[in-house]
Amino acid sequence: MSAVADTHAQEHHHGPASGISRWLLTTNHKDIGTMYLIFSFTMFLLGGTMAMVIRAELFQPGLQIVQPEFFNQMTTMHGLIMVFGAVMPAFVGLANWMVPLMIGAPDMALPRMNNWSFWLLPCAFLILVSTLFMEGGAPNFGWTFYAPLSTTYGPPSTTFFIFAIHIMGVSSIMGAINVIATILNMRAPGMTMMKMPMFVWTWLITAFLLIAVMPVLAGVVTMMLMDINFGTSFFNAAGGGDPVLFQHVFWFFGHPEVYIMILPAFGAISHIIPAFSRKKLFGYASMVYAVGAIALLSFLVWAHHMFTVGVPVAGQLFFMYATLLIAVPTGVKVFNWVATMFRGSLSFETPMLFAIAFVILFTIGGFSGLMLAIAPADFQYHDTYFVVAHFHYVLVPGAIFGIFASAYFWLPKWTGHMYDETLAKTHFWLSFIGMNLAFFPMHFLGLAGMPRRIPDYALQFADFNMVSSVGAFMFGSTQLLFLLIVVKCVRGGEKAPAKPWEGAEGLEWTVPSPAPYHTFSTPPVVK
Amino acid sequence: MRVHAQRAGALFGGLSFPALSVADWTVNMTPGVTGTSNDIFDLHMTIFWICVAIGVVVFGIMFWSIFAHRKSQGAKPANFHENTLVEILWTLIPLVILVIMAIPATATLIDMYDTTESDIDIKVTGYQWKWQYEYINEDFGYFSNLATPSDQISNRQAKGENYLLEVDNPMVIPVGKKIRFLLTANDVIHSWWVPDFGVKKDAIPGFINEAWTRVDKPGTYRGQCTELCGKDHGFMPVVVKAVSEEDYNTWVNQQIAMAEKERELTQKDWTMEELLERGEKAYATACAACHQADGSGVPPAFPALRGSAVATGDIAAHIDIVVNGKPGTAMQAFGGQLNEADLAAIITYERNAWGNKVGDMVTPKEIFDYKNAQ
Amino acid sequence: MVEQTVAAPATQRSNARVVGWCLASVAGMFAFGFAMVPLYDVFCDITGINGKTSGRYVSSDVAVADMKRTVKVQFLAQNGPDMPWVFRPVSRSVDVHPGEAITVSFYAENPTGRDMVGQAVPSLSPSEGTLYFHKTECFCFNQQPLAAGENTEMPLVFIVDRDLPSHITKLTLSYTLYDQGEPQAAVFKTTTIDNG
Repeated sequence: MSAVADTHAQEHHHGPASGISRWLLTTNHKDIGTMYLIFSFTMFLLGGTMAMVIRAELFQPGLQIVQPEFFNQMTTMHGLIMVFGAVMPAFVGLANWMVPLMIGAPDMALPRMNNWSFWLLPCAFLILVSTLFMEGGAPNFGWTFYAPLSTTYGPPSTTFFIFAIHIMGVSSIMGAINVIATILNMRAPGMTMMKMPMFVWTWLITAFLLIAVMPVLAGVVTMMLMDINFGTSFFNAAGGGDPVLFQHVFWFFGHPEVYIMILPAFGAISHIIPAFSRKKLFGYASMVYAVGAIALLSFLVWAHHMFTVGVPVAGQLFFMYATLLIAVPTGVKVFNWVATMFRGSLSFETPMLFAIAFVILFTIGGFSGLMLAIAPADFQYHDTYFVVAHFHYVLVPGAIFGIFASAYFWLPKWTGHMYDETLAKTHFWLSFIGMNLAFFPMHFLGLAGMPRRIPDYALQFADFNMVSSVGAFMFGSTQLLFLLIVVKCVRGGEKAPAKPWEGAEGLEWTVPSPAPYHTFSTPPVVK
Repeated sequence: MRVHAQRAGALFGGLSFPALSVADWTVNMTPGVTGTSNDIFDLHMTIFWICVAIGVVVFGIMFWSIFAHRKSQGAKPANFHENTLVEILWTLIPLVILVIMAIPATATLIDMYDTTESDIDIKVTGYQWKWQYEYINEDFGYFSNLATPSDQISNRQAKGENYLLEVDNPMVIPVGKKIRFLLTANDVIHSWWVPDFGVKKDAIPGFINEAWTRVDKPGTYRGQCTELCGKDHGFMPVVVKAVSEEDYNTWVNQQIAMAEKERELTQKDWTMEELLERGEKAYATACAACHQADGSGVPPAFPALRGSAVATGDIAAHIDIVVNGKPGTAMQAFGGQLNEADLAAIITYERNAWGNKVGDMVTPKEIFDYKNAQ
Repeated sequence: MVEQTVAAPATQRSNARVVGWCLASVAGMFAFGFAMVPLYDVFCDITGINGKTSGRYVSSDVAVADMKRTVKVQFLAQNGPDMPWVFRPVSRSVDVHPGEAITVSFYAENPTGRDMVGQAVPSLSPSEGTLYFHKTECFCFNQQPLAAGENTEMPLVFIVDRDLPSHITKLTLSYTLYDQGEPQAAVFKTTTIDNG
């Protein structure tokens, strides 16, 4: 409290500007964080709507609602929007809000760049979404956009898709640089690296991953652009290129990318579980090393997405072993979370419910990942619904539940009000049931032989598809409840104290709720 | 309104649809019919049970903590937060488990790459959206197209038992022989999968991949393309019939005789009616996927043929585009994919169907001469 | 803009350094993405993965054929999309002794009414054999022009290395023939396939 009072004297009561210019020109990390989170949720609903179209079409065999071309556009756009529009911006939003508060910094290190990196995002997605209305339709080649389907055979809108990817890449890179500079330069006195909160650690490592792989993504789409418009033959066999090369470059980006989408959630969960177990995080140091190990290993496993392209046996063995190895640090993290809960004093507020579901369901996704890593077995799983089940188990309860857990955990800090616990628990249980109903049967479908990305299927897949669609509709509609809860919480509710959670620890709980517009202008001292 | 009612009807009708009588609640992979697929199945089950065991232990401890260490039950938090010994243990134990998993996986993988002498070589080529099978030692080949009628797909007709998993010409192989598949693709990447064989391999344009199988049980085995390859990715199934060696030899002789007959078809004198009748069928298999059964196409990628400049204009240009394709577009060169009789029939049909009343025709012989001009 | 005044000058210098390093890494990784193209080719040449057979083989020592061993080399030919040429191997397969130089040929015919240029792209299976398959002369080293209605037999001279692993008894060499357009345009078009 007193720290905040001090800042006011220094900063001549500088509050937010009023009107639209507050949001357009703001350099305040909290405003920008809020904008990121709102943008992310908007994209989540948009990508979710597309998922609803997909599940409606797959509700029963036969073509009912959409034609195959449009179905392919839906699967592609759903993937792109969820990955680049919903999950990644949500984590950047959380980082913007929480990293300065957690390390005792007044703001991000590069506030003006922060504004830039946010406003690039709506531009990128405006372009991407507008391709839906172009002649020939939106990209229809899957979010992995394998050449030559996306180059020689791509729709005319592919060039706009590439442009959109470039812009969002620039935005992510700028965001990552900002996070790195903030964490390296702006920590409060006394906060050594090994005293940093886990969320800060995981974001630091995520930011390094972003810097390493987003340029590779930019490179691969640039090569596509050149193949399409300038007559080069990077991926075109007719000109001496190699379509398999595309997959190597893409997955060199793609695999670290999946860790970009999960590591910050690891960090947030590592705050929430101790807070509601009223016990310190078990094995802080090994948690940090595990995240580092996962990040390093993620560069050595990309070809496990490509076991069926004809990688020679030695290559398959290498990538199989490397992939299995990732299970070790990931296992360490799960064991540490369980050990944190063990002999704690547990209570089950909504953030904790999401966190527990995260641990269980993410682990199930990890198990199917382990099965997929076994190269010979992957020949049967590859590109079936088993894979769809796997990555939705990793990303929905992993990334999305991680984001929900964080949102409920820090909502009191952001808004100054407690959210409606009953509604929030309803949100949790409906999401939990809907999500499992939607994605668990997909394991069965994949094992029974249903390929992914098909708009229509053989009759033996009918029953589980129907179950899955019902679950998806349930999960999808439940998310509107989250919107209601947040709006309600912003508008009013029980006043939140500076530290609403008994067991929570960290600098963010030392400032009042809601967090003032400017915090830590005088850095706190960490002992 | 009516469309919506129909759609809703289709959705709810599904509950009582005959579909359900064939549908099943299978939850696991099937062992399949080859050594490889059985090895994979065993591997799959081993890993699955290891995962279940780990899950039981980890979730067991977790649920016990959730149950026994509730604050509402007055649990007081303990104070420990690190223990080097347990941390080393739970790094090493998983490592050992992984090694145990990797050993059988490695053995199976090496076996799958056994390239020793095969009995029969079949070249598999993926096209948008069909498969071509060429028996390279016997010198014949054919295309394998989806056989499910479009009325079943659009719910105007009850769906058959093998809905979307049936083709006009399945691949035929003898049991007990080592079959080597050589896979490539014409346009984009496809992937050839028969779950019962444990064979899935990508077919990549410009590159050749190989896989092999030995099937011991006669039967019909069905699979699908598993790499997104465009609009009709979901509509290019794989069907393989494994038959006894005698049946296989008979079939091969039939195929060779049929190839001969096709050459005769070219020489035959065709009437307009015969061509139109053959053309309608051939059009449905080779052209309707893109240009649609009623010739309306899906512009701009797949232009309409009804009333189009090509289908109602100069016949030489029409023949040229069908035989040689149109570079830079999805229009393939069908000259090498279809026989002369089908090409002639399709062109004649396109010029005289859906209100295109050009009234002229082209004979298979003319196509043959065109292809071998000079 | 008050926020920026908060940061001490020392931090600002430090920020510049971090940003500099990060931008350098970004540039480096972008370049690395492109560098993966030649690196991948080198990697393929060394390991033979992907069945990309390497360029013209020049042998310094006089090879002595291993007459005790026979390897079957099988030939496949197919056309790329929109390629109307007739293209097939003259012989379907040939039995060779490792070490001896073998000449075979492929037949190509341009049945259309226009002059065209074709380019054959080779691929070998199993890819493990790629390292042991040497071409001393191949039509795939160059583009092949054919006038309207013209046909030709295109030669291929190869040697199967005596070090070919013993479990490989059959090699399949496949060529895909691609349309490279009109002859004049093709002269200026890519000749990057010198290692075809």
